[in-house]
Amino acid sequence: MTETLSRYRFLFEELVKRDFKKKYKRTVLGMGWSMLMPLLTLLVMKLVFGQFFGRNIDHFTTYIFCGNVIFCWFSESSGLGMRSLFGNAAIFSKVNVPKYLFLLSGSVQTLINFLLTMLVFLFFCWLDDVTFTWRFVMLAYPVATMLVFNIGIGLVLSALYVFFRDMDYIWGVATQLLMYGSAIFYSVDGMSPKAQMVFACNPVYRHIAYFREVVLGGAVPDLETHLTLACFALVALAVGAFMYKHYNTRFLYYV
Amino acid sequence: MLSCSGVSIRYQVGDFKNIGLKEWVMRRLTGRYKVVEFWADRDVTFSLESGDMLGIIGANGAGKSTLLKAVAGIMEPTKGKIVRRGKIAALLELASGFDGELTVRENTYLRGALLGYTRAFMDDAYGSIVDFAELRDFEDRPFKQLSSGMKSRLAFSIASLIKPEILILDEVLSVGDGAFRRKSEAKMREIISGGATTILVTHSMGQVREMCSKVLWLDKGRQIAFSDDVPGVCAAYEAYLKNTSVPPSFP
Repeated sequence: MTETLSRYRFLFEELVKRDFKKKYKRTVLGMGWSMLMPLLTLLVMKLVFGQFFGRNIDHFTTYIFCGNVIFCWFSESSGLGMRSLFGNAAIFSKVNVPKYLFLLSGSVQTLINFLLTMLVFLFFCWLDDVTFTWRFVMLAYPVATMLVFNIGIGLVLSALYVFFRDMDYIWGVATQLLMYGSAIFYSVDGMSPKAQMVFACNPVYRHIAYFREVVLGGAVPDLETHLTLACFALVALAVGAFMYKHYNTRFLYYV
Repeated sequence: MLSCSGVSIRYQVGDFKNIGLKEWVMRRLTGRYKVVEFWADRDVTFSLESGDMLGIIGANGAGKSTLLKAVAGIMEPTKGKIVRRGKIAALLELASGFDGELTVRENTYLRGALLGYTRAFMDDAYGSIVDFAELRDFEDRPFKQLSSGMKSRLAFSIASLIKPEILILDEVLSVGDGAFRRKSEAKMREIISGGATTILVTHSMGQVREMCSKVLWLDKGRQIAFSDDVPGVCAAYEAYLKNTSVPPSFP
């Protein structure tokens, strides 16, 4: 794969450029707009839920922001990724290029977006009087696993979207459910062990929890958490890669 | 250089497309899910040597484009085998695949990248591409503002720089207006005379007679003839088109 990547580097760069230009070129706010999105949700959640849940959770703003920054990345990445293959049908039905390049190009875009939001996040942490420790460096780990996880989910969704064009509605509902099921603005402490088990199986929640433990708890999660995150990422990537390999020459029938 | 032996390609068409997941599940459950399969190409066999130029002829729906896609590696043959030696370049339906939002310059680079050129090569060649396409004044215009003739001119100009060992052309010789057409045909000849093995799909019998050293006649996916007797096959094909009779059988 690295060999093909270096061979297709020029193409990959041009695809990334194209996606960027198409997204930002003709808007006044440009990149600022996509960073505004998590901030606006943050504001709404803080206002709406601050009274209910805020009383029992310290640093409530940072608490929500941890959830938001991860969830918005996931939802943007999966939504963009889902359309990446079908949107380039005119290309891959004429030229034989590795089809995952389209998805990776979109991932670069959402990653940059996420990293910019992270800067705002750190600024908010500082406003919220969070103690910065060396452990913040460990945040690179969930970012890495989340990136791989997002790519994997993107591969799966983009393949499915070629076959089933109503995937975007279905995924829209699924994302909505996931948003409420990821404990973004509430806490799972005090829930029954069974309910906590369910949350433990939610990859997005696990990444959020990692963030919170480092940022608000000032501690690094245990080894098992690290392995679980890696597991989520690799399974998603494996399923996605399998679908792309298996259907590589068959996507053509559906576009 | 290139050989196809017993190549058959089965296409899927029918209800399965655009039905969505909910409908798909329902149809699967009620047993009304039907995929219609048909053979776009059946048992096509031919082989080409270096420097050969093959013309593929046949009415619409004969399986010409599908065969090209398989040769180019975009599709896989359901049965049979395709052996290619050397770098392959397929120029299929050139004007599509550009992005309307991007400028002429951006599209040129993207297309170059898709065709496998390097960035250094594109930096060098960009000026001559735009000049050849006569689009100097339009460099920074969004692509959607261009006329379709301009689009095909640009597509041709980028593609004509390619130096493959096997070249596949689908109706790309006839590009643009009178003056540009002459220019593009001359350029095409230059590429072909460079020793590439070329496959050409066209409806112009004149082009086939004039340029091709071998000819393959397909009819509804079946191979009617593969021969180096180009005038003979062309004459038979024209007679068939005129009388719409049953295609003759060739040895």
